[in-house]
Amino acid sequence: MSQSVKRTFAVFVEDKPGVLNRVASLFRRRSFNIDSLNVGATQEAGVSRMTIVCEADEDKARRIEANLYKMVNVLWVDDITHKQSINRVLALIKVNCNREQRDEILKICDVFRARAIDMSPDRVTIEITGPQDKVEGLVSVLRPFGILELVQTGTVAMTRGIEKHDLAHPTVPASRNSAA
Amino acid sequence: MTPANPKLENRIGESLSGSQIIWEALVREGVEVCFGYPGGAIMPAYDAMIEYPIHHVLTRHEQGASHMADGYARASGQVGVCIATSGPGATNLVTGIATAMLDSIPMVCITGQVPSQLIGSDAFQETDITGCTLPVTKHNYLVTEPEQVAPTIREAFYIARSGRPGPVLVDITKDAQQRSCVFEWNDDEIVLPGYRPDYAPLAEQLEEAVELIKSAKRPILFSGHGVVKSQATETLVEFVEKTKIPVACTLLGLGGFPASHPHNLGMMGMHGETWVNRAIQDADLIIAVGMRFDDRVTGNLKTYAQTAKKIHIELDPAEINKNVRVDVPIVGDARAVLKELLPHLDDCDRPEWLAYIDEIKGDSAVRDIKNLPDLGKLYAAHVIHDLYRFTKGKALVVTDVGQHQMWEAQYYKHDYPRKLLTSGGLGTMGFALPAAIGAKFAEPDDSVWVICGDGGFQMTQAELSTCAQEGIKVNVAIINNGFLGMVRQCQEFFFGGRYVATPLLSPDFVKIAEAHSLTGIRVEKRSEVEAAVRKAEATEGTVVIDFRVEQEDAVYPMVPAGATLGDMIQRPPKPGDHDHNPIFETGEDE
Ligand SMILES: Cc1ncc(C[n+]2csc(CCOP(=O)(O)OP(=O)(O)O)c2C)c(N)n1
Ligand SMILES: [Mg+2]
Repeated sequence: MSQSVKRTFAVFVEDKPGVLNRVASLFRRRSFNIDSLNVGATQEAGVSRMTIVCEADEDKARRIEANLYKMVNVLWVDDITHKQSINRVLALIKVNCNREQRDEILKICDVFRARAIDMSPDRVTIEITGPQDKVEGLVSVLRPFGILELVQTGTVAMTRGIEKHDLAHPTVPASRNSAA
Repeated sequence: MTPANPKLENRIGESLSGSQIIWEALVREGVEVCFGYPGGAIMPAYDAMIEYPIHHVLTRHEQGASHMADGYARASGQVGVCIATSGPGATNLVTGIATAMLDSIPMVCITGQVPSQLIGSDAFQETDITGCTLPVTKHNYLVTEPEQVAPTIREAFYIARSGRPGPVLVDITKDAQQRSCVFEWNDDEIVLPGYRPDYAPLAEQLEEAVELIKSAKRPILFSGHGVVKSQATETLVEFVEKTKIPVACTLLGLGGFPASHPHNLGMMGMHGETWVNRAIQDADLIIAVGMRFDDRVTGNLKTYAQTAKKIHIELDPAEINKNVRVDVPIVGDARAVLKELLPHLDDCDRPEWLAYIDEIKGDSAVRDIKNLPDLGKLYAAHVIHDLYRFTKGKALVVTDVGQHQMWEAQYYKHDYPRKLLTSGGLGTMGFALPAAIGAKFAEPDDSVWVICGDGGFQMTQAELSTCAQEGIKVNVAIINNGFLGMVRQCQEFFFGGRYVATPLLSPDFVKIAEAHSLTGIRVEKRSEVEAAVRKAEATEGTVVIDFRVEQEDAVYPMVPAGATLGDMIQRPPKPGDHDHNPIFETGEDE
């Protein structure tokens, strides 16, 4: 049995009503727990791209992939967990911040390459994009100041290389690879 | 692709209503019969039906319609069609749709929907049926424009019948039925960018399988539903005769490999044969063909077939490593894969392994109720064994769910595929009578027998009225034990014999038959079985036989849910006294 790790799937789907519901329903029904799910447009008209993060071992990952492929509206599934990739979330953080704390908070923002995007005498709103752990790092440093509001997106991810998404041919789950 | 129906005028290019297009499309997909129930939101479609050469069977409940479409599909291998109105009509289909989904049955369900401008307003008889059926259909559609009707129905049939088959629902709003458009029909091959039903096996996987098969000393082959569906019977017989590998069948695989073949060991699993389950536990190789290692066939997964390497030949990649980890998965059509493997395998004898399996049969024969005297009592297993004998094993049998279902599987020996229809995956009580009606429409020349319990029969017995109205003949054998027998058996074994909510009062089934102007027969002694079966076969119209069987008999052998496959409760050699078996205390239940 392989280790259960956080997995990232890039899932290309037809941009049709109800497709998000179908995919989400599949994960619920098979009790595959979703950490985050993000959908948006792609370079191609009529094709949306989802980034789904969930915890799974190798077997489960292959089954998630195979079950996704069974859906008529799913075009391509790419498990990019172990591929060189860029993973980003965006967070907006509203923090208590009086005059004396401002410098310190702005310095923290610098370190995390975050930006203050709104400010009033007693608070500041910060925007950060980055990998999930970096965002979590910033949040934990800001927590002592008193976080008033926090909102974040799910992960969006893209591999570094040029991926040719051959929509005409799916991968048969190479379950043997994990049969050890 | 679509054979032009001589009865169909060519109306391509004409302006037709969405309703007319529904039937145009169904006829072009080869539909001759459909099962349904009308209501407000589907009335335009019903109104258009009379112009078309499709026979509509009015059921007594929409659940009946979906089981009939299912039975039609199981018996014929073609897509079954049912139709219902919105709201309650559509939700009544759901049990039948879920039944078809779990057994991979190709079906197209057409439902009416409230007018598109009312969707989302909680209009009269509005149900989000595409939402409801999302997890129990292979795919579904909501159609709101007449232009979408023809291409959607075409796609629905294609998806239902291709790859691993399944039910597809098409929900059509009332306005889409009423409005008109120019009717177009495209016969080109359907290409759906995200849907790839056909997988070809990989060469290296086939090679690995060949190596495993060649070196195996104690191999066993599992014949599942996929063998029936891919029409692999002949190829499998050839495969087995060459390799001498003994065969075990799943419930839905019965008939896929002839029961009377000398290498057929019988059924595996919870109520499978003792020697089959033991052989599985002792095997060094399992070749699983078109089956999915359901929990009813594996028992406890931790102790399941630990000494065996496993080859899994299966059309659906999502089944690979789902319940049981396999060594060589081969994703592909059962028949195609067996054909590819065959030339690479050598003729082989394995007298030791076969002799060993014979040996582990032990005293099973002595405990087999078939061989036990009836002592003046009417045992269900005897009724079914006799039914098998008097119908010469040639009947198309449709069972319901319960003890009688398992006795049928054990004692009605099926030598041909598609002659046993049973709800395996969902275990849906009430399935048998309507599914048998559907099967009779598919195979009018077959002698169709329903074997059902007193409980399940009462769930859908209203369909007797459909038999009467349609003049359809099926023979119904009610195995009447006065109990929800399978549940009672679990109570006896695992719940201290407390019969909570399982004793069952039934109406007089003979009179029920007669109330429908059908024939009813009561059988209380074994000596009356033959005459009753012969009378049923000779009588015109549907016949109901009320077999008053022993009330508290149990199905043996039994692997309690969650127990190790080899640990079976066996029939006591003398009626009444149980072997002490520690499993009685450990078994968990559903
Ligand atoms: C729709 C439905 N409800 C409940 C069950 C649970 N169940 C399984 S077998 C059974 C008893 C069936 O009784 P009967 O039809 O008399 O058949 P018998 O077991 O007595 O042969 C029940 C209640 C089921 N399978 N399906
Ligand atoms: Mg009963």
